[in-house]
Amino acid sequence: MSERFPSRLDAVLGALTALSMAAALYMALVAAPRERTMGDLQRIFYFHVSAAITGMTAFALNFAASLAYLVKKNRRWDNLALSAAEIGVMFLSMVLVTGPIWAKPVWMVWWTWSPRLTSSLVLCLLYAAYLLLRQYIEDPERRAAVSAAFGIVAFLDTPLVWFSIRWWRDLHPSPMLETGGLAPSMRPALWISWAAFQFLLVYLLRRRFCLESMRDELERLQRLAG
Amino acid sequence: MKEIWAIFRKDLLIELRTKDSLNAMLFFGVVVLVVFNFALESGRDSMRQAAPGILWVAFAFSGTLGLNRTFAAEKENGCLQGLLLVPADRGVVYLGKMLAASVFMLLAEAVIFVFSVVLFNLTVWAEIPYLALVFMIGTLGFTAVGTLLAAISVNTKLREVLLPLILFPVVLPILVNAVEATNIILNAFDSAALRLPLTVMSVFTIVFGTLSYVVFEHVLED
Repeated sequence: MSERFPSRLDAVLGALTALSMAAALYMALVAAPRERTMGDLQRIFYFHVSAAITGMTAFALNFAASLAYLVKKNRRWDNLALSAAEIGVMFLSMVLVTGPIWAKPVWMVWWTWSPRLTSSLVLCLLYAAYLLLRQYIEDPERRAAVSAAFGIVAFLDTPLVWFSIRWWRDLHPSPMLETGGLAPSMRPALWISWAAFQFLLVYLLRRRFCLESMRDELERLQRLAG
Repeated sequence: MKEIWAIFRKDLLIELRTKDSLNAMLFFGVVVLVVFNFALESGRDSMRQAAPGILWVAFAFSGTLGLNRTFAAEKENGCLQGLLLVPADRGVVYLGKMLAASVFMLLAEAVIFVFSVVLFNLTVWAEIPYLALVFMIGTLGFTAVGTLLAAISVNTKLREVLLPLILFPVVLPILVNAVEATNIILNAFDSAALRLPLTVMSVFTIVFGTLSYVVFEHVLED
């Protein structure tokens, strides 16, 4: 625990995040062409998709850290799992806010119970439950073990949620990168905002992880002193 | 195997003598049916369409009550430690508890179902074997993950209040598919269409049953 927080790496990461965010804003709002039918409204897509991918990355990290905790029983893995879950919920909330803003003018409704929307919402609820659960267990060791178990359950639940509702009618545009439906002139904006969000994820993760490690250390010292 | 049976038998025996959770589960399930009857205007012919959803909400609510009691007796009497001394893998505690919880839930479901047949004027004689299958798999899936989460929530500050909050998001695939399967049976019978929801429910039950068996010892207090 002797490393200095925040380190030089954090400063570099912070600068990278700020720069790439600025570039992403420019690319998405100015450089990318205006969409023919949706107009400027479509520009929210670059942030919506990037936040979704980044949120999923965070949840996958939570799963890996939860597994690692159950095997290694090292508190650092629990700190990482907590940081990833919190940040994942934040990114997924961004997805769930930007989605309806776009959907109201295009679909005429804020929300529809289509597979992609429903599973994103359930995913957000699952990890909100994870964070809620953590609040009510005081002993740090038990909290870590229990939330690791729940993190694994939550992550494995995601594909099952998807398969349960996939036969529902889907309004959501299919992933454009898979189908190649995104115009080549729009791709740079998406890639850059995706990269900016990934930098943001790593930056936030490190800061949140440091904060949690310091809390841990403080708790340990308090126990020693008291 | 012997240990699972012993735990299962113990829980059944306690329940048989006290009838604590079964009474509560039955009563609550029937109350939910009555509340829905008011919420959806009684006497409409669409009751058969609404029945699958209402039934599973009633099952899930009463099942949560039952699951909350799964570890409550041990917790209150400080017997959890004793139970953990079982001379075998601690996963057998999970399996015994899960089987007992499933039996209670199925018993409650049977009674709630009879009430719903009467209250909603359903004609279901021919469909009963299929419904029983769906209730069985759905219940096993519900308790597979419910027993693990009950063991978690009983050891938190919030106790009973926490269980539904963490259980319902996780168990959603079971509820969605169980409602879907019940709906197919009651409203548009097609045994081919029934296969998909039953498969998803079985996969859920096996995945989470195995996972819970493995991680169970980590979530209990030592």
